[in-house]
Amino acid sequence: MNTAIYLDHNATTYVDPKVVDAMLPYFTEKFANPSSIYSISEEVQADIQTARETIQNLLHAKNGKIIFTGGGSESDNLAIKGYAYANQSKGKHIITSQIEHHAVIHTCEQLEKEGFTVTYVPVDDKGVVKIEELKKAIKQDTILITIMYANNETGVIQPIEEIIKIAHQTKIAVHSDAVQIIGKKEINIETLDIDLLSFSAHKFYGPKGVGGLFVKKGIKINNIIQGGGQEFKLRAGTENTAGIVGTAKALEIAMQNWKEEWDKEKKLRDELEKSLLSLIPESQVNGHLENRLANTLNIIIKYVEGESMLLLLNSNKIYASSGSACTSGSLDPSHVLLAMGIPHEHAHGSLRFSLGKKNTKEDIAKVIEVLPGIINRLRAMSPLYKGGK
Amino acid sequence: MGMNYSEKVLDHFNDPRNVGELKDADGVGTVGNAKCGDIMQVYIKVKDNVITDSSFKAFGCGAAVATCSMATELIKGKTLEEALTITNKAVMEALDGLPPVKIHCSVLAEEAIHAAINDYLVKTTGVGLPEKGCTGCCSSCGKH
Repeated sequence: MNTAIYLDHNATTYVDPKVVDAMLPYFTEKFANPSSIYSISEEVQADIQTARETIQNLLHAKNGKIIFTGGGSESDNLAIKGYAYANQSKGKHIITSQIEHHAVIHTCEQLEKEGFTVTYVPVDDKGVVKIEELKKAIKQDTILITIMYANNETGVIQPIEEIIKIAHQTKIAVHSDAVQIIGKKEINIETLDIDLLSFSAHKFYGPKGVGGLFVKKGIKINNIIQGGGQEFKLRAGTENTAGIVGTAKALEIAMQNWKEEWDKEKKLRDELEKSLLSLIPESQVNGHLENRLANTLNIIIKYVEGESMLLLLNSNKIYASSGSACTSGSLDPSHVLLAMGIPHEHAHGSLRFSLGKKNTKEDIAKVIEVLPGIINRLRAMSPLYKGGK
Repeated sequence: MGMNYSEKVLDHFNDPRNVGELKDADGVGTVGNAKCGDIMQVYIKVKDNVITDSSFKAFGCGAAVATCSMATELIKGKTLEEALTITNKAVMEALDGLPPVKIHCSVLAEEAIHAAINDYLVKTTGVGLPEKGCTGCCSSCGKH
């Protein structure tokens, strides 16, 4: 009856049991170092190559290589720093957006300390990168544009195709942090003609601590972790064999029926959205309503604060997240919501629900049943709320 | 569960004492701002220099609600002078501590008590509490 309702799949997913099964042999029998020369090592090396090819097939990425990394953040670091270092003779300017994941924003800030210049392009009130501003930001010495594919907080999908076309006109490379979309939707890397793309296994029912970076043929990047010659000399360190095999298996499962899963989650998400908006006065959805991940709902509930809502949802065994400052340990609420022009006081009252494979109609019904009461209770004690009483 | 709050904090968050406006309050103090995500409003009723009743309203996190709940409990029955000696530390200790990032909530709660008493004094005597310097970080000035 009173089971937990997990609605935070953009934070992480559980590992699919079939993925766990695929990984298990690599902890015990198939433990050999893939770089050694005996036959059991060759076998493991071959399994890594098979995993790489599987992923290349599923992402339509035969026009380049997949480098396995320690996750999405490392992939972003490798892509941005690696490209910047390798191409700085051509220029030292990078363009990104104001709504990137911290793995991109903080990496760009680090490069600024090292003498690069970075333009952070704004977004509109729907959370979409302003293309005109991006065009204006392009300079003679711009070498890289890094824009996320889908935003983790709002789910808003960015106009990547258009950005790539614009960038390639002046031979600027494009990286995309695609961590939130890979595994949720079929992406064709070759048609897209993207130069660098990051993904992370734990967002699609794979293990944590493993991810990948696609690097198009002809794109030069430096390594950022020095050591052995693994991963085409671009990522030193003994391979995370179990993680790599698990990533391939997870992506294989995700791509088998991504469309049905997308549609199912969209239906549930839309039901949740519609009901909450009608039951809770002065609430609004954040982000573009159409160009959005099917599983994500970011909603602002005025006059209440995010952490308070999360704590009361938690008491009901409902697990979600918020862009409130109080949940991040910093004083500012979500930089994504602020970039969309949402005032601080409203951004503190944001809630994000991100659905996954196991969520049911009953889960959604439970949130719809519980949340309005929580809001009434918090609004009754809010000095900002004048509507009720 | 949640933010590493103590049992006491969670108790005062889940079942806050003294919530709501106090009818015919003798003093009301509001501190914090919505931009930072915390607003606290403390109401007091005073008779013969003693706080006979107190209540609060709060917009903020779990710690904001819990510190207001505890602060209003602590000042009830106290003389104004006694209430003014209640520090943020006292509120924190009464709640069995707060996570470091939430200490500013207890500072705000202390400031809310002072603001309510100040309001009462201004209304009844025309003279408020002496100006106090910065007591810590409510983060509302943006300078620290």
